[in-house]
Amino acid sequence: MTHIRLEIQLIALVTAIACALPGAFLMLRRISMLSDAISHAVLPGIVIAFFFTGNLNSPLLILAAAASGIITAALIELLSRTRRVGQDAAIGLVFPSLFSIGVILIARYASDVHLDVDAVLLGELAFAPFDRIVLGGTDIGPRALWVTGTILAINVSFVLVFFKELKLSTFDPALAATLGFSPVLLHYLLMAVVSVTAVGAFDAVGSVLVVAFIIGPPAAAFLLTDRLSMLLVLSAGIGACAAVGGYWLAFLLDASIAGSMASCVGLLFLLSLTFAPRHGMVAAARHRKLQRRQFTRQMLLVHLLHHEGSPEEEIECRCDHLCEHLRWDSRTSSRVIRSALHDHLIEQNGEKLLLTRAGRSTAREALSGTVPAGSLV
Amino acid sequence: MEPLGGEHRSGSEGEQEPSSPSRSDLSVEPRAERVERSPDNSLPSGAAGNTRPAIEIRDLTISYRDQPVLWDVDLEVPPGVLMAVVGPNGAGKTTLIKSILGLIRPAAGEVLINGGPYQEHRKEIAYVPQRGSVDWDFPTSVLDVVMMGLYAQIGWFRRPSARHRAAALDALAHTGMADFAGRQISQLSGGQQQRVFLSRALVQGASIYIMDEPFQGVDATTERTIVDLLQTLRANGNTVVVVHHDLQTVPEYFDWALLLNVRRIAAGPVTAVFTEENLRATYGGRVPWSHNRTDQSFVSDRSDPSGQTPG
Repeated sequence: MTHIRLEIQLIALVTAIACALPGAFLMLRRISMLSDAISHAVLPGIVIAFFFTGNLNSPLLILAAAASGIITAALIELLSRTRRVGQDAAIGLVFPSLFSIGVILIARYASDVHLDVDAVLLGELAFAPFDRIVLGGTDIGPRALWVTGTILAINVSFVLVFFKELKLSTFDPALAATLGFSPVLLHYLLMAVVSVTAVGAFDAVGSVLVVAFIIGPPAAAFLLTDRLSMLLVLSAGIGACAAVGGYWLAFLLDASIAGSMASCVGLLFLLSLTFAPRHGMVAAARHRKLQRRQFTRQMLLVHLLHHEGSPEEEIECRCDHLCEHLRWDSRTSSRVIRSALHDHLIEQNGEKLLLTRAGRSTAREALSGTVPAGSLV
Repeated sequence: MEPLGGEHRSGSEGEQEPSSPSRSDLSVEPRAERVERSPDNSLPSGAAGNTRPAIEIRDLTISYRDQPVLWDVDLEVPPGVLMAVVGPNGAGKTTLIKSILGLIRPAAGEVLINGGPYQEHRKEIAYVPQRGSVDWDFPTSVLDVVMMGLYAQIGWFRRPSARHRAAALDALAHTGMADFAGRQISQLSGGQQQRVFLSRALVQGASIYIMDEPFQGVDATTERTIVDLLQTLRANGNTVVVVHHDLQTVPEYFDWALLLNVRRIAAGPVTAVFTEENLRATYGGRVPWSHNRTDQSFVSDRSDPSGQTPG
């Protein structure tokens, strides 16, 4: 029993990594949802290929899927080029049509084979280890592991071989074109890889989880790094965590494996969104707070500078007057004054506040707008 | 309108000063200050002295659906000029440079780069797109972006080597951005982004540089850096074509100009073609900078106190 558990996790893990790699480039090109379209629209291609081969395990099915993925991407492109519908609507128009053609084809001509719509959408990871490949009398493992493993190998080599080209054509397609690296060719190569990934993975994990694995991990990783190579590594790592974590979550809750894994992807993304060191919400809130503090301090210093040496200095530069004038509550003003005193920007003389030399120059810098960001730190 | 053909330069050495007496009757005085920059060996040098046009455009027509964006444009850009492309919004400036770069297929006409089609002269031409054309949140470093300029040299599948890194760092030094090599590109200001793009073009070692509004939204320091660099590139014999918006600086920065509004209005030396009449023809009577002025006063207002007419 344990090796079956292990195999389920292994299949999910391999699938997650295979999905994350092309997913990272889809995200950077802002076409993540194309993966949703492709993972559904490959269905008619598979069904038609099945009519020809009569065999669900034929490699021809993969080729047919790649072809229908490219056709899907091209149709969406064509439709949004007309500028009559947006790209999001074009995706929503193309893939349900193609998917339902597949559904009708199955219902009409192939209702007697194992190719049901539920399996396409949700997959059945729990049963994947029971479909095994036996070669010359030896059991060499679950078929799904071989299929997804092959796809992982394809995707890793695709990213390694075309790393530079993918980076260039994703960042600046116009430059790629002028340098002779056809961005159109690379786009459709990527689409073919996404299609092969989707079709290879959906049998094991279902197309909903494929979409979660393609979009979620790169989106989470994007907030954690500023380097493309690191983005790919982190995407793969986060996908792998979601796969294994999701399996054990399903085990604990006695729930759907695919559902738990997809939830884990969402959870990991939320974690990254909240706590990412530079781009997370907590970091952003902290940064805003810092900026606010710096601004209140500048208000104090500039106010003191304005009234320095003026007849009304005695009144304007008193602690209690500041609260009123700058509309601060007493807690804010005492905090600002305390921190400015601590940094030797002001001095206290009885109730009166005086700028130090450093405070004066800080105030002048603030007025001229040249104060460097983060100088409070 | 000055036909360009008669204005052929013999080369950068034999270049006539724009202020030579034979041109003094032109309505626009030449910009008093035209600093002749000395060539800089560390920057790419072009084919100075070559009489073949760097860019030759014949009967170029480009339309978007039924709407002509460019209409029967002829242009010869001689080698070793620093040319401004000016015209109102929608005049087809960006379309023109994209068609020079082979990014847009023309409805009619042809573009020759150094006498041949773009595909055969790819490596002789470098492109600086508008800063806003890329996503600056892309996870990559400044050095990486500059190295992209070398990808054509590196070729398919191969990785950049230490030599390429050194070349990219060198190009960054020319725009004063060497200290930013490791910086994530989203942390740059607009002017710094533009300088990174410029470095990326420099590293290509091309002889023709095509730039789309490099001065758009940059600070004064960056503008000065870019102008100095462009003039040095020109002094090295390179050809530089710049889509430019600020008409006031055209006589100061450039020695050649194309006035474009769907059709070619005029092209040639700034001193010859940058006239009130041509500008009116280009901008439909509403020349952005000269409401109640004559062009004479425009030029003298702008003259730099330190500027002396050379020669």
